[in-house]
Order: sequence, then C-alpha cells, then structure tokens
Amino acid sequence: MNLRPKYLFKVPVEAQSISPDNFARKTQDEIAKLPTWEGNKQRALSELFEIDSESTDKPENVSIRVHGDVSRVKRIGFAMTAGEIIVHRDAGVHLGEEMKGGRITVGGNADSWLGAMMKDGTIEVKGNAGDYVGAAYRGSVKGMRGGTIIIHGSSGNELGYFMRKGLIKVYGNTAQFAGLHMKNGTILVMGSSDGRVGAEMTGGKIIVNGRLNEVLPTFLIDSIKQKVKVDGDEVAGPFYTFVGDTVEEGEGKLYVSKTANPHLKFYEQFL
Amino acid sequence: MAELLVKNGFVYDPLNGVNGEKMDLFAKDGKIVDKLNGRRKRIVDASGMIVMPGGVDIHSHIAGPKVNAGRLLRPEDHYRDVEPKTDKTRSGVGRSIPSTFTTGYRYARLGYTTVMEPAMPPLLARHVHEELNDTPMIDKAAFPLLSDCWFVLEPLQKGLIEEAAAYVAWAMEATRGYAIKLVNPGGLEAWGFGRNVRNIDDTVPHFNITPREIIRGLCRVNRLLHLPHSIHVHTNNLGKPGNYETCLETMKCVEDLAPSDSRPVIHVTHLQFSSFKGDDWQTFESGAEEIARYVNTHNHVTTDMGQVVFTDTTTMTADGPFQYILYQLSHNKWVNNDVEIETSAGIVPFTYKRSSFVHATQWSIGLELALLVNDPWRMYMTTDHPNAAPFIFYPKIISWLVSRIAREKLLNKVSKRARHKSLLPTIDREYTFYELAIATRAGQAKSLGLKDKGHLGVGADADIAIYNVNPEEVDPSKQYKRVRKAFKNAEYTIKDGQIVVKKGEVVKPVDGRIFWVKPELSSSRMEISPKLKEAFEDYYTVQYENYIVPEHHLAHSHPISIKTEV
Repeated sequence: MNLRPKYLFKVPVEAQSISPDNFARKTQDEIAKLPTWEGNKQRALSELFEIDSESTDKPENVSIRVHGDVSRVKRIGFAMTAGEIIVHRDAGVHLGEEMKGGRITVGGNADSWLGAMMKDGTIEVKGNAGDYVGAAYRGSVKGMRGGTIIIHGSSGNELGYFMRKGLIKVYGNTAQFAGLHMKNGTILVMGSSDGRVGAEMTGGKIIVNGRLNEVLPTFLIDSIKQKVKVDGDEVAGPFYTFVGDTVEEGEGKLYVSKTANPHLKFYEQFL
Repeated sequence: MAELLVKNGFVYDPLNGVNGEKMDLFAKDGKIVDKLNGRRKRIVDASGMIVMPGGVDIHSHIAGPKVNAGRLLRPEDHYRDVEPKTDKTRSGVGRSIPSTFTTGYRYARLGYTTVMEPAMPPLLARHVHEELNDTPMIDKAAFPLLSDCWFVLEPLQKGLIEEAAAYVAWAMEATRGYAIKLVNPGGLEAWGFGRNVRNIDDTVPHFNITPREIIRGLCRVNRLLHLPHSIHVHTNNLGKPGNYETCLETMKCVEDLAPSDSRPVIHVTHLQFSSFKGDDWQTFESGAEEIARYVNTHNHVTTDMGQVVFTDTTTMTADGPFQYILYQLSHNKWVNNDVEIETSAGIVPFTYKRSSFVHATQWSIGLELALLVNDPWRMYMTTDHPNAAPFIFYPKIISWLVSRIAREKLLNKVSKRARHKSLLPTIDREYTFYELAIATRAGQAKSLGLKDKGHLGVGADADIAIYNVNPEEVDPSKQYKRVRKAFKNAEYTIKDGQIVVKKGEVVKPVDGRIFWVKPELSSSRMEISPKLKEAFEDYYTVQYENYIVPEHHLAHSHPISIKTEV
C-alpha cells in the first residue's frame, strides 16, 4: 500500500489511523474514510493522502509505504500490533507510540517521542531522532516496556525516559539525560553523549562507547569490564563500570568506554 | 416548571419505609408532591425499574486546592480518559481526579445528586467554592478542616468550649462550610514540625493538648452549635498496621457525649483505612471484626467504607504525615503542603494490586466492615474518592455487596495469603436493594442532616434515580452483572424535578446548590471579631477581610440557619 500527501501540510496532522491494524480487511473506500485531524478540522484520510491500496486479510501482511514529506504528521503506527510501515523521508512526532508489534522503518529523520511507551516490535531510523525516544508520557512512570529501537544517526535529549524493558541502540551521538529515570532495559550509544547519563536510574544498563565528559557524581565506580553483552552480542571495551543512581538507591549499570575517555582515569584510584 | 410523573417503578425509599412497592411519584417545582393538578406533565415510565432517591455521597474529594494539585500532578491519569464535548456537556478529562464538569456529569450518570467535599482548608475555601461552582449536576457542601487550627486548639487547651464554638461558628460562615472535619487531630499541627502524634493521648508539640481533647472538644462544640452533621473524623494513625485500636479509642472517647435520643455524635470516615491489625506490614491483618463488633453495639457512631478497588488511583488527604508514609512505600512522585496555621495536605499516586497481600487485605477489610456492621443506617458506601478508588467504581462495589458470588470470584484472584486470611468466605450476608438504598443515599442524607435529601416523601427535593433492573425478575445474588450494569448508567436521573440524565447520557446540564450552615450566636458572642482580627495580623499571610468568602462568591448559595446554644 502506498500513501502520498496531496499537498504540503502547514499545520500538524493527527493520523493515528495509519496503521496495519486499521488497514487490514478493509477496501480502498473504507481506508479512504478513516478519520484524521488536520489542525482542528476532521478530515478523511483520502482528503489528505493519495491512497493506493490492495486488500489484505491480516495486519501481518500489510505493508504501508508512506512517501513524501510527512514531518508534520503525528502518531503514524499508533498502537500497531503487526505488519510494516515504511516512511521514506522524515517522520513526525509520536511515530510508533504504544506500538505492540510489527516493524517501522524511517528513511530520513524521526521527530520526538519516537516509540514512546512501546511494548514490542522494532523501529529502525536511518537518520536522526528527536527527544524522548522510547519515553513515558508526561507524568507517567511507564516508558518503553519492550521491543527494539535502532537509530543510525543521533538522538536528542532524554532518550529512554522511564524505560522499563527493551533495547535502544544509537549508532551516533546522544544529547543529555539518556536513560533518565530508567528502571530496566538496555541503552547502547555507540557515539558520544552530552552528559547526565542515567540520572535517577534505578536499574538496567547504559553503554556509552564514545566520549562522555562527566559521569554524574552520584554514580560509584565498580570495576573495569573488557566487554558488555547487549542483546546476545558483545560490545568490546574496556569499560569503566559505574553503579547508580545512588540518590534513588539505584542499581543501574553505566558502562563508559575507557579508551574514549582518558579523562576519567582518576576513577581508577577508587577501585 | 413542568410537572413530572414517575410511573410504575419499584420504589425503594427507606426513610419512609417504602421497600420495593410499585407506586407513582409526583414532582412539582422541584419538590415531591402528593398529587398533580396540571394537565401538562412529563411522564417517566419506570415500569420494571428500581426507583430510589438521588444518591448522596458523604465523603468524596471533588474540589479544592488539593484536588487541583492532584490534577496537575497526573497528566498521565487524564490522558487515557478524555470526554469530548457534546451539544449538552463540556469537554473534560477523567479518571481518578476528573475535571470539575466531568465530575458532575459522571456522578449524575451514576444517579447521584448530592456530594460532600470533606476536606476544605479554611484558608483556601475560595478555591473550593470556585471549583464547586463549576461542578454541575449535583448539590454540594464542603467540610472545613478545623482539628489543627490554632484558633481551635488555643481555647480547647484552656477548656474554653464556648469560645471554641464561637470560632467554629464564625469559621463555618466565613468559609461557607457545612460540618466540622477532623483529620488526624493534633497530628497535622505536629507535622508542621516534621512530627506526628502516636496515639490519641500523645501531646501535640507546642500545645498542651491531646487528640482526645481535640476530638471531645469539637464534639461538644458540634453539640452546642446544633450542626446538622456530627463531627466527621479521619482518625489518628490512619493507614498504619495496628491502628484499629486507635480507631476504637477514638469512637470510645465520645461515648459519654451521646445525647439521650441516640443521635450519632461522631462519623468515622473511610473506616477501612482505620481497621488495620498487626504490628507491621508483615503481620498485617484485618481488624474489621473488632471494629464491627464495637459499631454494632454503640449507636453514637456512623461510618463509611472507604472501599478499595484494584486500580490505579491518586491518594489525597489533609493527613500530611500519612501521605509521607505512602510516598516512602510507593516511591512515587508526591506533593506535600502545610497550610499556614490550619492544616496540611499530601498527594501520592497509588496503584492497588490484586497480587499485593496488603492491598488485597485492604480490599477485604472494606467489604468485611460493610457486611459485618449490621445496621446499614450507620455504614455507608464510599471509596473515599479518589483515595481507595475513583467513584466511577461504585457499581462494582454494589455488585460485591449484593452478591456473594461476585466477591468470591474476585477473592479467588487475589494474593493467596490475603485470601486465606480474609473473613469474606465466612460471611453470607448480601445487601438487599432496600439496604443498598440506605447505604448509598438514605443513611448518608440522614447522617448529614439533609432533611430534603435521601427520601421521596412529600416535600423532599425531587432528586430521583431510576435504574433499569427489575427486582422481581433479577436475583442480584446470581445476576450481579445485570445489577452492576444497571447502576453504572442510570436510566434516568432526575434533579429538582427535571430529567438530567437519560439512558446514562446527560440530557440537561443543571447547576447544583452549595449548602452551608449559618449558626446564629447570641449577641455577646458576635464580638469575636476584634480579637480574631488581631490574631490574623500575627499569624496569617492574608487579611481578615480577605479571608472571608463572600456569599455572592457562591453561584447557588443555600444557607441553612441554625439556632445555637452559644
């Protein structure tokens, strides 16, 4: 199935109906009538998108390809349970929010709240992602609870905010507060981090393979590890291993590359 | 106003002794009348349905600064429960702390027409009334928190009951309040210094007074002022294992103050939270049997359940030290506040889990109390909304009360340890619809002294709830799901003679009244002001003149004048 915006959206579009679960077992006419919002106006999906679809039986067999500029389109793939969505260019905020299964691929960049509160499934972003990847909704303490998010570029602030389970891999860099309030799960950052990693975390693990200027003072050095296991694979070290965040009596693990961070050598005297 | 005829319903009106009789009701100008003369009347066909007075909730935190702080604290609570606007109703959000309009609509859908906000910090009374003004569909009143106010403690420690009564009378009028609320008496004053009181004979720091003296003092004040409701007490040590003894002590300490006409003098609210036995959370168990035995043999006490439902909710009380303990247990985000010289407050989001031994035992305690206290006139159905559960769960609790099967079905799913210790399997009692009408409206109205509420006799307010369940066909014990469904969405809710809800939908938004008491003091006592003004200069951040809530601040003010002995 292919979707293409009919024009360049000037105001945000709420399109949580774009998901394999909503498209399966529907004719083209029914899909065309799915509700969306453009700003404060309710619109049928076909008013905003050119739709070219074939009928499918199950969500598992649905593959939705979204072409064109959808950087102002929110909540694509909301709560999807199966199937596939491919966004060829940039995607808007809340992509794959509360996702329960299936796969989302983004060719360009993804905006903030990518995979927020997701439970299962996979999201892969070829470009960068915004803030609050895999995060909890404002006020909630239940962030990402399973599944995998892979970002080939860099991510914004508060990656994995209140994360409870699952895996986030960032091949580029990440901004501040990765793993804020994290309870469990794994965050792997291959590049550098802007700091404050793991603030108030109580469990889980965060690996920073690149430069980290400063470890929060509430983390205690534990040991030096040669490698860390991530989702069955091994990431080669060596890594300084910290435990924290002690302000929350946390037992989270923070692994920071030794080779990329010679300025953290002074921690070795506490071992 | 048009006349209204409610035809052929099975009427349950316990205050008038009507038990499921098929009869017609007539309403004119918002009141129940014995016959109608006019030709133009609306007819509501209630054939095969239960007709009860509109529901009355004696204890539900629906408005005020604490409730609003809870709303701000919990965006994730509103997120999944959004009510879009309709032609008739405003938009809003729910769940455990619904926005004001939604609160009104949801109560009306349950067939409730009168709700009491039981914790109004006197200093912040304006905020409470502003929110009550915006809570439609229901009549309301608010209870000022007076047990830790310096102006009460100071005369009471000197034994000056009349002086305390004069202040309380002034405070009732100044805050447009309805009844005296005591929350952890003495403990909240202690909390201002990071402390608490351990039992009812512990001394309050900086005051030479004990909780016992505060409770007894305010109980006597209540009698002197002839307030319509008794004192409304949230006990000391609430929510701590072993507190059932404190609760018994609290009820015992006013035994001798009961008048000869056996009118209750104390209402112990959300009793479930005060009926914990054991030394700590490991040895925690139910004290329902002991409490129920006492309540059954003493007429001076009324109580309500504070029933837990397994769900995510928000706890909020004026009991700052208790909320601090809850925060330590849950490690959740929280809010704590000290209201100048008056009271405190705390808010902690909380999830009651079936798998938790303590939570499951709490659930069991609430039901044990409701079933072991024999007299429904003194045991009312509440959840202490939103502390033990949001009020939208009332239909669920009704199903547990009317059906042994319903509660045992859930009992089989709770923590094994809690199940083995629970008294519920030994209790056969099931509420009848008549008893249910007492526990959800008639009893509460009687306890509150609301003469025109909770019954359908001539002259009563025409607040009527009609539920689509036929008591001749449905056996609530077995078909509890039918009962639950019927009570979830009232077929009709009639407020002041107007149909406001039809088939669970709000069809006519109306404003409710705000009740408050206006005690009439003797002229010598009216001169309280100069002394109080001076004290305001010393103690408060606000001026005396700005403290008083003007009556025009209330959208639909309904003062109740009372003659006092002061």
